[in-house]
Amino acid sequence: MSSVLFFIAAIGVLAGAIGVVVLRNPLYCVLALVVHLVALAVLFLLLRAEFVAAIQVVIYAGAVMVLYVFVVAYVGGEAETIGARLRSAGPTGAALRRAGVILAAALLVELLIALLGTGLSAIDGHGAGYTPGPQAYGTPAYIGKLLLTRFLLAFEIASFLLLIAAVGGVVLAGRSTGAVRDAGDAPARGDAPPALAVPPPPELRSAGSMAEGVGGSV
Amino acid sequence: MTIAWYLAVSAIVFSLGAIGVMTRRNPLVVLLCLELMLNGGNLALVAFSRMWGDGDGQILAIVVLTVAACEVCIGLGLVVAIYRRRLPIDVDEMRELHG
Repeated sequence: MSSVLFFIAAIGVLAGAIGVVVLRNPLYCVLALVVHLVALAVLFLLLRAEFVAAIQVVIYAGAVMVLYVFVVAYVGGEAETIGARLRSAGPTGAALRRAGVILAAALLVELLIALLGTGLSAIDGHGAGYTPGPQAYGTPAYIGKLLLTRFLLAFEIASFLLLIAAVGGVVLAGRSTGAVRDAGDAPARGDAPPALAVPPPPELRSAGSMAEGVGGSV
Repeated sequence: MTIAWYLAVSAIVFSLGAIGVMTRRNPLVVLLCLELMLNGGNLALVAFSRMWGDGDGQILAIVVLTVAACEVCIGLGLVVAIYRRRLPIDVDEMRELHG
């Protein structure tokens, strides 16, 4: 039973990953990544990492992917494929990209040799013993106890990192902060605009709808 | 299934992400492929954690999830800033770092 579930989930993980790499439209790439993440959560469950699987689905496949879908619908982004890029990039670009694929294949071979050819005999086993219970391995109580005792420093550093990232996101994407301005028409700081001037309407590039996000193919 | 199968899947996912990072040119898709590489690492961490039977690998996987969320925040902020400046959304065109 668990091996059947493993193969179904592993096929989902790999299909989602291949979809992210080869699909043409950025929105479809995001949806393929959602498939990948949900299948990966099943693998985590098979490894008895219940809490990690739960936050993988709730935070990653939920919140972060919604953010991605919003930005893809806002920015649009050009559809492109590896094949078209290889044909249109000229000889240097195509050669560089083929070299990238070859490098990644070499990386895969090296990783597989390193992981499967290791001297660790335990990777041929099914893992350490497991006794079910309210505080067993992988439950929220177990993870929370570890996070607040042994790994308290890592926990605090992660919270501080999140704070820095939130401030950085506001600085980078905010409209009226000093760091990033529209290229042309933004007045310099301290240079007040005329009192009753009506600003020109913004250039209507797109409405940000889902239909535009997928290139009008729905 | 033995731990080795999980490790093989994680290596394949990591390499697929590396292919994507090196061949795609839309920065949004490059970020997605970075997520793939982080997820490959996460799967290996959780598999090794299961192998030893203690929770250190799972804690590290949770920290990696946090770092990935921060990376998404900054990366998408950069993409939106590029879009605001009406620059091309293309990593091949974004070669100069001057403002």
